[in-house]
Amino acid sequence: MGKVGNLEQIVAEFGPHLHDAPHGGWRADRVIDKVVPTHCPYCAVQCGMNLLVEDNHVVGFEPRYDFPVNEGRLCPKGVTAYLQVHHPDRLLHPLIKRNGRFERATWDEALSLVAAKFKELQAAHGKDSIGVYSGSSLTTEKTYLMGKFARAGLGTRYVDYNGRLCMVSAAAGNNKAFGIDRAANPWDDIPLAEVLLIAGANCAETFPVLNKFLWQQRDNGGRWIIVDPRETPTARQGDLHLQLKPGTDVALANGMLHVIIEEGLTDEAFIAARTNDWEETRKVAARYTPQIASEITGVAAEKIVEAARLYGRAKTSMMMHARGIEHHTNGVNNVLSYINLVLATGQIGRPGSGYGTITGQGNGQGGREHGQKADQLPGQRSMLNPEHRKYVCGVWGLPEEELPQAGVSVVEMFGKMREGEIRGLLSICNNVMVSLPDTNQVRRSLEGLDFYVCIDFFMSEGSRYADVVLPGTTWSEDEGVTCNSEGRVVKINKANDPPGEAKEDWWIVQEIARRMGREKYFAFNSPREIFDELRVASRGGNADYYGISYEKIERQNGVFWPCPTEDHPGTPRLFEERFYHPDGRAKFHAVEYKPPAEVPDEEYPLILTSGRVVYQYLSGNQTRRIGFLVEQCPEPYVEIHPETAMRLKVNDGERVKVVSRRGEGIFPALVVRTIRPDTIFIPYHWGEELAANQLTNPTLDPTSKIPEYKACAARIEKIHSRRLPIMGERRKGVSRSEVR
Amino acid sequence: MEETMFIDPQRCIGCRSCVAACRECGTHKGYSMIYVDYLDRAETTATMPTVCMHCTEPTCALVCPADAIKMSEEGIVMSALKPRCLDCRNCVNACPFGVPKYNTEMHLQMKCDMCYDRSSEGLMPMCASVCPTGAIAFGKYEQIVPLRRTKPVNVHVFGNQHVETKVYLMLPTDADAVEVDGCGVFEGMLQRPAEERQTPTVESWIDTQVEHSDKSNEF
Repeated sequence: MGKVGNLEQIVAEFGPHLHDAPHGGWRADRVIDKVVPTHCPYCAVQCGMNLLVEDNHVVGFEPRYDFPVNEGRLCPKGVTAYLQVHHPDRLLHPLIKRNGRFERATWDEALSLVAAKFKELQAAHGKDSIGVYSGSSLTTEKTYLMGKFARAGLGTRYVDYNGRLCMVSAAAGNNKAFGIDRAANPWDDIPLAEVLLIAGANCAETFPVLNKFLWQQRDNGGRWIIVDPRETPTARQGDLHLQLKPGTDVALANGMLHVIIEEGLTDEAFIAARTNDWEETRKVAARYTPQIASEITGVAAEKIVEAARLYGRAKTSMMMHARGIEHHTNGVNNVLSYINLVLATGQIGRPGSGYGTITGQGNGQGGREHGQKADQLPGQRSMLNPEHRKYVCGVWGLPEEELPQAGVSVVEMFGKMREGEIRGLLSICNNVMVSLPDTNQVRRSLEGLDFYVCIDFFMSEGSRYADVVLPGTTWSEDEGVTCNSEGRVVKINKANDPPGEAKEDWWIVQEIARRMGREKYFAFNSPREIFDELRVASRGGNADYYGISYEKIERQNGVFWPCPTEDHPGTPRLFEERFYHPDGRAKFHAVEYKPPAEVPDEEYPLILTSGRVVYQYLSGNQTRRIGFLVEQCPEPYVEIHPETAMRLKVNDGERVKVVSRRGEGIFPALVVRTIRPDTIFIPYHWGEELAANQLTNPTLDPTSKIPEYKACAARIEKIHSRRLPIMGERRKGVSRSEVR
Repeated sequence: MEETMFIDPQRCIGCRSCVAACRECGTHKGYSMIYVDYLDRAETTATMPTVCMHCTEPTCALVCPADAIKMSEEGIVMSALKPRCLDCRNCVNACPFGVPKYNTEMHLQMKCDMCYDRSSEGLMPMCASVCPTGAIAFGKYEQIVPLRRTKPVNVHVFGNQHVETKVYLMLPTDADAVEVDGCGVFEGMLQRPAEERQTPTVESWIDTQVEHSDKSNEF
């Protein structure tokens, strides 16, 4: 039975069930009490939306035409986001698992149990025996609180966040090259760029509303170069599609740099005045002729030359990337190789010239700024820097010797759980059984814990393994700020009270701290009070929020950090005059191509890559419960090229077994010419036996510690299934993820 | 109302945001009357939205024995009037674009009314409000067309029937009309040479799924 207990009972009680109508049904005669301007809870475009509230219930949305980023636009997740608020699966009271069943408990009972267990484990095994695993879909106030809770509340070094699976390669690359971790340009710059180079980003499905800016650029006569192993909708719409082999980005970027140097398209004045370490990079690029790059990447040499010329000759250009290049054991190097192109052409720090990381989670940017990362303190300060430690301890009033040392990344934390070094875990805002690589290992880690407590508003596949589940709030039930992917800090507003006995996450965390005798560090009465401390804690750091206030955000439609003083308007465009290294210069990094940790061989001849679909958000704990979204994409599938399918005698729609060194899963085949013949693709939003992550490789990038989700070796086996039984269930509205 | 809709299939990313948002218009009662189809998923990720084209001489109204389908002064073709609708489904079968659906629960034909309760008060229809890329846009001809590099076309030829519509398709073409059953503007663009196609042209199961949910002619 294991730690989950009775799975059928859990699914029956907590879902995912499908829900597809507003509270009280579809009605035209609503009396709307108030319209609350806020932002979407999902991706980091952080689209503005208005929530319609009737009698303390969110019953619909109205486009927020006056918010400049999206001007009313939303993707299907955003349109249906409000349906999660009064979903029948919502967790309404604390739960304690007894004899394999979750039983209703009072808050006092549950919180006292958590505090007692944490104290007991720490007394027996030391402070570091408890880990905290947080997330970036929380407001920035909460992410700040989670870091502080781990360090000042529990005194453990082990805290990390799910941006580790998302943004860390970009963050590390940015810090190395620019000395700061933030997208360099506001999106208003995109329409001004002649050429966009977009690598490893299926914007159409993962970041739909960004397409507003992309098409404005197109309407202005702009061109797109898209680097992606799949012909995604974005790649299809682009002018030049470089359909490379997964994980070969360094070779491609170096090949393009080679051509740019050969043809004299570099900006020597910019390189001389504003950068360091060019010579070494130039030498490395000299070896990557288009032919060599072509052999490694599988992209025709002529196309590499064409792309280099298009990018290199543009008077203005922007480079953007996302997980496709970052989810690799060479993730940071991939990022650096593209940044080299930006710096070599001097295309940064001006209107229409720049660089941007496309953030995954709603607060993927804000969540990586204020100290819930293993090695980070608020304001993008470092745990390793004595000055930084001293400053933050001063703000917190914490004796410096009590501040733990830097911890380790989440995948490493899960290793320490299996080794018994971490005995207890508090998690919030994540779903480890879907989103961490190598699901079977993750299960062993959770099974090995002495005590696991989850804060969540739906029972996720990960929470099922918990001993205590504490009901938190959805985004509409609390206020706070998030930072979108362009560095714009926006304000989430409260629309309704939490249902049942659900409580604000910051209240829950503080109550645990109080019961552990650490109340003096956790006396906040509102998100605003947390924000006020965060402003001071970030002051003077790279991510300086000191001059930001809730009122300024409302007044300006968001404030771009750094914003050091109260009369400072914020900083939409970075690097206009200087970079953030002490000498003010950016740094080139000479990077060599290294293949992914696992390459195809006779036993596992295909490259498996993973990603998202537009209808589901991350681990799907929210979106797999919304009828409309599940109907559009009820279950994962495996994309196979027709040539490969023919060789394996696999028909479209046939269920096949996909096997890697770590696990296997059965998925229907989607035979499409839009993927490379040597590559297969599975979307990852599902758990248990539908999890793509049963197969993926947990090997980490040595710098960023991001796992290699985007390339591992796999094979396909025929299982002689009948053609899809998918339709019948789909028509009945049953989510495949719950059919056993 | 001088405003109308502009449908640009090139920009469609297949996200079906429009399909979800259509349900949210107050008078639509949770039913969506816009459809997004894969054109040929085995070959391409291309998709296309279909809304009511609001014909100047609407076939649906012409074939209605009860005169239940009315046009507004602005040229918007409305859903069938409930007291008049005979449940005959003539309109559902006759529309050359396949737009009206029959609602078995409400015994009523329903179709896109350009969110009349919104657009008549100066608000954009839901689909055009949310569309991330501008594949569905709402506005005045002279506002939208100069911004685009595609050509507005509002004449459609189905065999002997010429249909002029209030809604424009924005197309990468020089043609003045879309010929649906002849050599239409889309025909040929998706086809690769026969020797390149190793699989017979069968619909991908993803297309089939959509067919069952979107094209059943009934809610």
